[in-house]
Amino acid sequence: MAMIEVNKLHKWYGDFHVLQGISENVEKGEVLVICGPSGSGKSTFIRCINRLEDYQKGTVFFDGKDIHDKGVDINKLRAEIGIVFQQFNLYPHLTVLKNVTLAPIKVKNAPREEAEKLALSLLERVGIHDQAHKYPAELSGGQQQRVAIARSLAMKPKVMLFDEPTSALDPEMINEVLNVMKDLAREGMTMLCVTHEMGFAREVADRVIFMDGGVVVEQAPPDEFFSNPTHERTKAFLKEIL
Amino acid sequence: MRFDVVFKNFDYFLWGAFPEGPLGGLAMTIILAAVSIFLAFWVGLGFGLMRNSKKPWLRYPAMVYVELVRGTPLLLLIFWFYFLAPVIVGYSVPELQTTVVALVVFTGAYIAEIVRAGIMALPKGQMEAARGTGLSHFQAMRYVILPQSLRNMIPSFVNQFVSLTKDTSLASTIGVLELTRCAEQVSNRTLNAPMEIYVTILIMYFVICYCLTSYSRRLEKQLSRYQARDR
Amino acid sequence: MNWGAPLARPSKETEPALNYQFDWQLVLSGEYAQWLTDGVLVTLEISAVSLLLSLLLGTIVAVMRMTRFKPLEWLGLAYTEFFRNTPLLVQIYFWYFGSSQVLPDVINKWLYAHDFEFAAGVISLTVYTSAFIAEEIRSGIFSIPKNQLEASRAIGLSFIQAYRYVILPQAFRIIIPPLISQALNLIKNSSLVMVIGVMDIFYMAKQIESYSFHGFEAFTVATLIYLSISLVVSLCINLYDKHYLRQISY
Repeated sequence: MAMIEVNKLHKWYGDFHVLQGISENVEKGEVLVICGPSGSGKSTFIRCINRLEDYQKGTVFFDGKDIHDKGVDINKLRAEIGIVFQQFNLYPHLTVLKNVTLAPIKVKNAPREEAEKLALSLLERVGIHDQAHKYPAELSGGQQQRVAIARSLAMKPKVMLFDEPTSALDPEMINEVLNVMKDLAREGMTMLCVTHEMGFAREVADRVIFMDGGVVVEQAPPDEFFSNPTHERTKAFLKEIL
Repeated sequence: MRFDVVFKNFDYFLWGAFPEGPLGGLAMTIILAAVSIFLAFWVGLGFGLMRNSKKPWLRYPAMVYVELVRGTPLLLLIFWFYFLAPVIVGYSVPELQTTVVALVVFTGAYIAEIVRAGIMALPKGQMEAARGTGLSHFQAMRYVILPQSLRNMIPSFVNQFVSLTKDTSLASTIGVLELTRCAEQVSNRTLNAPMEIYVTILIMYFVICYCLTSYSRRLEKQLSRYQARDR
Repeated sequence: MNWGAPLARPSKETEPALNYQFDWQLVLSGEYAQWLTDGVLVTLEISAVSLLLSLLLGTIVAVMRMTRFKPLEWLGLAYTEFFRNTPLLVQIYFWYFGSSQVLPDVINKWLYAHDFEFAAGVISLTVYTSAFIAEEIRSGIFSIPKNQLEASRAIGLSFIQAYRYVILPQAFRIIIPPLISQALNLIKNSSLVMVIGVMDIFYMAKQIESYSFHGFEAFTVATLIYLSISLVVSLCINLYDKHYLRQISY
């Protein structure tokens, strides 16, 4: 059984048909990179998976459960699916450490010491344990994004969603974030990444998906995807960004 | 200039006939304002959160309350309470309590608007990030949204407190012995120095309100450093 | 007549609510309806006159605050700070009871021969509102980013042209909604002038209550009139916001 099963997913914003029937399976441990022009629905697609966006038609199964089922506790579900945003969205009124420990303490009722121990080890893993007591505004963009990744990992998620995690970063900070993501991929985390970092895709992705106009136009393993794209739209897109 | 009238009655302006008689004057004005802002904060917070709710049965009553109160002059509202309270509860309600209720109902509506706008002003990503890690809507409000937005609202609350302090002067119209009423009494008794008397109490109000206003401006500058922004 | 005295508590305060006989016809037709209409007209009249005057005075004070001439700047600052930070009611008492001490006798005589209450009401409302309007105008112009001025100077517009074609048109769009809500505040604030005997709508409702003991109906009508004015004004602001404000984003 796949970890995530998406079947014929449709979503409308008013009259605008953003997602026009997406079907996709993601296996445990798989790293999926989703690319496509802006407005193609790629962000909306991954945000549907933890129901930050609602959809109107189709089904999404996570770990065998329909996420739209009445019996599903949406907060529990979200705790198992981490998400990292383009804008980091750290809580500016809390220190780095508290940003990371808030959800474990409030959602999982973890004891404070335990949560802090976990948080510090995660911060070490993303390379910023010495900044634990600073406020987000005192960190650089790349550091903030790494804190955001640690914040998601603190909930020990089964899947991580990345919504253009490097698009808001200055160029020199992109790699520090990508390296953390690569480590994560090599450790076997199931990941869905919306990104235009094709180097990252080549290196760690199992599969690359190209979306345009609310549908999946083409998908293939990275070697094939980059060396031998079949669809005209994919070719045009790759020519633009490479 | 007959400022001797002012000097002779200055203690009356400050605290009325206290301690021999009832407390009044500026002391009463400050007490009225402080008690009312405290109560109005909770009323306003409740209705402000209701106005942001997705549930229509919470949102619409709050909307009606805010729009009704904000569309009515305070003097009319005070009079409504003064006029209706005895009819509703069946016995005569003291002027002081009537005034506090009217001021709380009035200011609560304005604070509800501040709260609503303050919450809306936070970037959407804050709520998404909180919900994304599994916090419930209530938890996200309690630990992520409100701590930030309430802090950003402090200057607006202080400004509302300034308005409220000025508004307490309307209590004089139903006979509450606060600063304005005390001034009227002295003016009616002495008859020869209304200008000196009113200039004096204008300055007294000004000192208090201006200090508060400057304080809120300082806060605003300090706070602007910590805000989450859409980038 | 002692206008400074508190409003009298309604005379039938001990009468249980159930015995109250509603008589809407009483206030909606005949003499009392005429009183209420007169009251509405006075409210509108005093608000309109005060609004025009305070727009004028407010602009002057705002300009004073933006000149680089220190004494004028300070005077403008003192004006806005003082009148914004003191209660309107006390300002009304000051102008009504205190002004005769400072004004020359000729003017006093003239004022007393004419409608002194109305004049004192207009002066108080104008001074109070203009202080707020001056602040809105100033902060509206200040909120236009500096680079707008720089950009327009860079393409060769003169200082005056830059203000005329770039800064002021943008500032107006920002200033107009707060100005409309100031106008609304002015209308609501005008209810205070009844304490010095200006026969506005609230005063008339009060009169009806003391003549007929049907205050409930009279006050309901007065409240509804204020509410409908506010409603119309907030609709205007919303429409305005929707049409114009979205065009501006930096």
